Amino acid sequence: MAWFRKEKKPPQPPRQRLEIPRDTWEKCEACGHTDIRDKFLRNFNVCPECDYHRRMRAHDYAGMLLDEGSVLEVGVELRSTDPLGFPDYPGRLKRALANAGDSDAILTVSGTLESLPVGLGIMDFAFMGGSMGSVVGEKIARLGQRCLERKHPLVIISASGGARMQEGVLSLMQMAKAAAVLSQLAERRIPYISVLTNPTTGGVSASYAMLGDAILAEPGAVIGFAGPRVIKQTLGQDLPEGFQTAEFLLDKGMVDRVVHRKELRSMLSRLMRHMTGRPASAGYTEA
Amino acid sequence: MAAPTLEFERPIVDLERQIDELRRLAGDRDLDVAAELAPLEQKLKELRIAIYRDLTPLQRVQVARNAKRPFTLDYIRLAFSDFVELHGDRAFREDAAIVGGWARLEGETVMVIGHQRGRDTKENIKRNFGMPHPEGYRKALRLMKLAERFQVPVITLIDTPGAWAGLGAEERGQSEAIARNLFEMSQLQVPILATVIGEGGSGGALALGVADRVFMFENAVYSVITIEGCAAILWKDGKSVEMRDKAASALRITAHDLFDLRVIDEIIPEPVGGAHSDHDATATALKETLVRHLDELKKLKPERLVRKRREKFMHMGQFIE
Ligand SMILES: [Zn+2]
Repeated sequence: MAWFRKEKKPPQPPRQRLEIPRDTWEKCEACGHTDIRDKFLRNFNVCPECDYHRRMRAHDYAGMLLDEGSVLEVGVELRSTDPLGFPDYPGRLKRALANAGDSDAILTVSGTLESLPVGLGIMDFAFMGGSMGSVVGEKIARLGQRCLERKHPLVIISASGGARMQEGVLSLMQMAKAAAVLSQLAERRIPYISVLTNPTTGGVSASYAMLGDAILAEPGAVIGFAGPRVIKQTLGQDLPEGFQTAEFLLDKGMVDRVVHRKELRSMLSRLMRHMTGRPASAGYTEA
Repeated sequence: MAAPTLEFERPIVDLERQIDELRRLAGDRDLDVAAELAPLEQKLKELRIAIYRDLTPLQRVQVARNAKRPFTLDYIRLAFSDFVELHGDRAFREDAAIVGGWARLEGETVMVIGHQRGRDTKENIKRNFGMPHPEGYRKALRLMKLAERFQVPVITLIDTPGAWAGLGAEERGQSEAIARNLFEMSQLQVPILATVIGEGGSGGALALGVADRVFMFENAVYSVITIEGCAAILWKDGKSVEMRDKAASALRITAHDLFDLRVIDEIIPEPVGGAHSDHDATATALKETLVRHLDELKKLKPERLVRKRREKFMHMGQFIE
């Protein structure tokens, strides 16, 4: 795959980014392997020792998937508010903004992937556990609208514990909002691909995450409606080994493919080409 | 009906008992007690008004979950006629936590679908406490598509603590089943009217809730998470009255809250003393509301209907920009 260039820099949005030095030491959460951050990043944040797919920030996904210089952020100005007057929500929002950046729990961008125009939404678990509130729903709606107007495929990478409790029933309604957008894309034959990463549960899984024309999942990702802890509680016993992992869902017929992160870009490109009547990529050869 | 008395209703129940006792005595001895009964009955009426006027959000949760409240099948019996129940998802099995079928509303055929809870243990086991598996949602969707094919309106009644969380439900795609309903309901070419009749619990409720009009009964609640779940996550205590009360208030789950948040279109008033005090009057109020809105919606062409339904949900949420 010579056309795949991995030394791409993350895109620079039009405001200050929270940078972590690339020579900081980091440790694999699964096997304990220690390496400098740069080494992990160059390997798509997959552990070079055990292949564990570590959590990745939204901007890093954008940098990994989209062509350099093509990225334009959509809905940059949207900020969460406190519609219910929920205890401590403003404080938690303030901390999340300071620690995880100002894209809320989803970064929405338009750009090109292998020269194919695409709308890309990437959830960010670092912002309040990737919880879906009004801003997440609105960003998806605007990105979807943009895709509708331009006839560009939509890709959403999910990472979320579910709906944002602090916005109450308004966060629940974002599930319906996203579904309403996706039904319009489907009506106009515009492809939507859903990518599930660790974890994808609750309201997000029961909405756009499971509605892809193709549903891909990263290896080992935990995916489900109820979180493992809740099921354990109702069941009163431990869950079977590997329950609710990407591989389990593949076996049960709930996702199309489990895709290694290093193959994600080429897989998205191939799927989009198939679904939009384009020829195979020039660089593509049968493996 | 083995449902326990709600704590705050104790004064009402005591007074009711007193009145019954007096009537029984009068009947036995052929006495005229009308003069004594009248003030007691007036007092009962005032007591009901006073207690129900100032229910806290937590008390409303208790009323919404009360097993004496009318359930889906009660409404079907009282507000509809000619009900033909249809079963099964045609893929895995029948799920009795959701019931549905053809029925008539003022003579006109509709498809009515709702969560069904049980009043006793045996019934609750059969109905899984109104908590559907994926096949329940898939049955509901099958019936909605059937209604669409025959151009018949869909009426849903929402009454569930939430979708079932268990091994089988996960294996068979609980997430996908709920998501699919949201997706299909946002493009169904016939009118959809949804009413929260008791507890509207999270995604398991919303899976029947993407509609042209959404109503809530006065004492119903609709929430993204159970108050117990919320309190357990945020304050590590989902059991104490204090924390449940805090969660019930914070989550803004009452009909008035949802109306203010512009999530629902109308609040259906309940008889004084709650829906459980008078099933007939409650069912009549539902019927009146459904008929009135259906008359409006029937005038819209399918494309317009679907466009407006999508716009309705696309506008939900609050943010700053
Ligand atoms: Zn490792």
